[in-house]
Amino acid sequence: MNAPFEGIGASMKRKEDLRFISGHGHYVDDINRPGQLYAYIKRSDRAHAELRGIDTAAAKASAGVVAVYTSADLTGIGGLPCGWQIHNKDGSPMAEPAHPVLASGKVRHVGDPVAVVIAETKQQAKDAAEKLVVDYKDLPAVATVTDAVKPGAAQVHEGAAGNVCYDWEIGDKGAVDAAFAKAAKTVKLDLTNNRLIPNAMEPRAAIGEYDPTTGEHTLYTTSQNPHVIRLLMGAFVLQIPEHKLRVVAPDVGGGFGSKIYHYAEEAIVTWASGKLAQPVKWAAERNESFMSDAHGRDHVSTAELALAADGTFLALRVKTLCNMGAYLSTFAPAVPTYLYATLLAGVYKTPAIYAEVKAVFTNTVPVDAYRGAGRPEASFLLERLVDVAARDTGMDRVEIRRKNFIPKDAFPYQTPVALQYDSGDYVSTLDAAMKHADWAGFPARRAAAKAKGKLRGIGMSTYLEACGIAPSKVVGSLGARAGLYEVANIRVHPTGSVTVFTGTHSHGQGHETTMAQLVSDQLGVPFSQVEVVHGDTSKIPFGMGTYGSRSLAVGGSAMVKAMDKIITKGRKIAAHLLEAAVEDVEFKDGKFTVAGTDRSKTLSEIALTAYVPHNYPIEELEPGLDETAFYDPKNFTYPGGCHVCEVEIDAETGVVSVVNFTAVDDVGRVVNPMIVEGQVQGGVAQGIGQALLENAVYDQDGQLLSGSFMDYTMPRADNLPNIKVGTETTLCTHNPLGVKGCGEVGAIGSPPAVINAVVDALSDYGVRHLDMPASPQKIWSIIQGAPRMAAE
Amino acid sequence: MPQVTLSVNGKSHTVEVEGRTLLVELLREKLGLTGTHVGCDTSQCGACVVDVNGTSVKSCTMLAMQADGAKVTTIEGLAKPDGTLHPMQEMFREHHALQCGFCTPGMVMSAIDLVNSHPEGLTEEQIRHGLEGNLCRCTGYHNIVKAIAAAWPLMHGKKMAAE
Ligand code: FES
Ligand code: FES
Repeated sequence: MNAPFEGIGASMKRKEDLRFISGHGHYVDDINRPGQLYAYIKRSDRAHAELRGIDTAAAKASAGVVAVYTSADLTGIGGLPCGWQIHNKDGSPMAEPAHPVLASGKVRHVGDPVAVVIAETKQQAKDAAEKLVVDYKDLPAVATVTDAVKPGAAQVHEGAAGNVCYDWEIGDKGAVDAAFAKAAKTVKLDLTNNRLIPNAMEPRAAIGEYDPTTGEHTLYTTSQNPHVIRLLMGAFVLQIPEHKLRVVAPDVGGGFGSKIYHYAEEAIVTWASGKLAQPVKWAAERNESFMSDAHGRDHVSTAELALAADGTFLALRVKTLCNMGAYLSTFAPAVPTYLYATLLAGVYKTPAIYAEVKAVFTNTVPVDAYRGAGRPEASFLLERLVDVAARDTGMDRVEIRRKNFIPKDAFPYQTPVALQYDSGDYVSTLDAAMKHADWAGFPARRAAAKAKGKLRGIGMSTYLEACGIAPSKVVGSLGARAGLYEVANIRVHPTGSVTVFTGTHSHGQGHETTMAQLVSDQLGVPFSQVEVVHGDTSKIPFGMGTYGSRSLAVGGSAMVKAMDKIITKGRKIAAHLLEAAVEDVEFKDGKFTVAGTDRSKTLSEIALTAYVPHNYPIEELEPGLDETAFYDPKNFTYPGGCHVCEVEIDAETGVVSVVNFTAVDDVGRVVNPMIVEGQVQGGVAQGIGQALLENAVYDQDGQLLSGSFMDYTMPRADNLPNIKVGTETTLCTHNPLGVKGCGEVGAIGSPPAVINAVVDALSDYGVRHLDMPASPQKIWSIIQGAPRMAAE
Repeated sequence: MPQVTLSVNGKSHTVEVEGRTLLVELLREKLGLTGTHVGCDTSQCGACVVDVNGTSVKSCTMLAMQADGAKVTTIEGLAKPDGTLHPMQEMFREHHALQCGFCTPGMVMSAIDLVNSHPEGLTEEQIRHGLEGNLCRCTGYHNIVKAIAAAWPLMHGKKMAAE
């Protein structure tokens, strides 16, 4: 009888689901420690002000209050560090202003923490915080990138003249200018990438605990990367050595980037629990998420494309202003540079590219990576520009793409903006997407819609992204202050079951399932016999966590490397038991066999021997079957694909409905098709959200107007269509699994497809471009011919 | 402090609460039933949905005192004592209708009420509409809608009439 297929390619149901569907998930706010106190953070309600003093007397006297701390109390504590340093065009380093844990001297955005109240109950802490009297002297504020660079704009930091964090460039300016000078046609487009608020459904939370008898600190936190938090907070903020600091990120309710970063509250509860020798818990209310979780996107760009007479792309020139917010979040500087401008070749063989990126400070929440991080900004710019180029030159939108695709025989392909793509086939994803979406049948559907008084449009994007971050040496040379390898420890137990300790972290991605399949596939161990452990620095050797669709490409590769070591050792043990030469022992389907014979030992027999080494080559080999591997990727991985969106617009109301959405992606080898499909659908939902609904809005004084779910439009079930997902596979050539990553493709490919469809639907109204979100109000105004809002 | 007496998942509890204590706080903090989640402060997300006397209720919008005498079922109380899952829980797992799991308890509780209150059948549009009060940031809802449609015949013991 054949064992059920549980390995690579099987849509195994998820191991993690039972605890979640039965209410037994274990999220940070579900944890309560004995003697726990509660912290409430008092946040600035001003965008920019001098902090002249805080009267804490009434708060301290309030019922149940144990302590009130302001920045003056945090002596000996460092600021929150930034993990990436960008250099300016002239080679000088970026401006890197201090980021205090509690605001000191000034507040710089609404939500900036100014004090913490610790009390016996949450309500008491909150009540007492109401009694804090903060003496502010308001200062002029600046909220948008365009305002921030105006002469005379309010200055967010003394050390950042003109609010500039960095002014950076990439590419060959001379070659681009020359190409533009002799191009047959040029196309120019101004566009913004709207600011978004990640809003993982679980608000951030943290619990600090200190054991005075051992001097050990424990931090439970909603993090995508507990080891990174341990490193940043231990080494830079609180000076706690690694062996005395345990960071646990248990079940985490979504991250999308926003839970990568080291946040002030983590340091506050860790420090305060040490000082008070009692556990201290903090859990954000949703309004705090809006004003303290790092936001995403927020670019204003000008893009220009030079074309030959036949539509061949000759050169691309891009100028982008991007928002860093009030302080540098952990990875913020890398997002609009190495995760954005390096992606501007997209799937096209544009020979010359030059991009300038100016990052500026504003009196807003820090901006950092949000699902896709830089790559959605690049794909939106490029895929809008290509559509506009087709329109301006009278070419077909599909043909102009096909004409300029990097052909599938051109890999490895070196782009003019640093990256070298290893594999891809953009024609295959395009063809498949057009087929599944019935692109050819669209005119009939448009006519039918018209008969009902609806405007129907279709649009596509052919996008590419770089993920599986990243080769440590490369990122180090680009300014990363960390390595980006991953770590796996594979422990084969004496009876042959396996525990995987991975440095990646699952907060919805289903690693406990996918990674177990990987072990099942490679070691032939039944899926049910594999357990995946993540999220605890006291259990896992090390790790860089989960972001940038890296868990399988980098973390899975580390697992393969560790499993290879297991197999190598197992072969030696088997050779001993079977009295054969090591070279003659083969491993397949969980069995070590002497080649050409039926003499074999199962992995569990080998494991038992390794732990009970009575008949064992003890002189040459250590007992045990437990291997650790660090894997440093050789390159980024390059998923890509084609998304097709079809919309219908109600001309009376301006409401856009997405009526069809098809995503065909090349994510490399697929381990669990069900999970991949779910990842793509979730990403597409966020992309449609960006394109049609979501927008973080500040008024000119820096007040966040979209500060709750009442004002910030989250996509709901009735805003979204069914999302058809397909895959076309080319394998990644440089990792052992051939995987590329699927976590972000949905959010990267979809926004331009949606807007291209909306613009197509409005083709009778002379619309050339529309910025996101394509709200009913904007569209209604266009249809009414009213004063133009965002459309050109 | 005032007291409330209520039945939760078939067990009677008498608990001291403040006048301002919310039902969700009573469940999570006093009874340790942390399956019911809090995802917002504006009654928008539905992570906190529980069943009160047969209808789904956002437990963040109800004072604990209002639940005095009520019969409450939370996500922890859905499975049979022998561990057999409710068909809605089964279908969520079967159709990969959850990723991070944070919205899931509220989704499942809302979905059960939605299916129960539509014995005549449910269209996809009705399901999507019926989920308006529940946010999920992970799944894009596609598989949640599928799971609910698949649970309907199991809960009503018959096939849905063809649309
Ligand atoms: S917590 Fe009740 S609706 Fe969000
Ligand atoms: S599964 Fe994560 S919010 Fe719904």
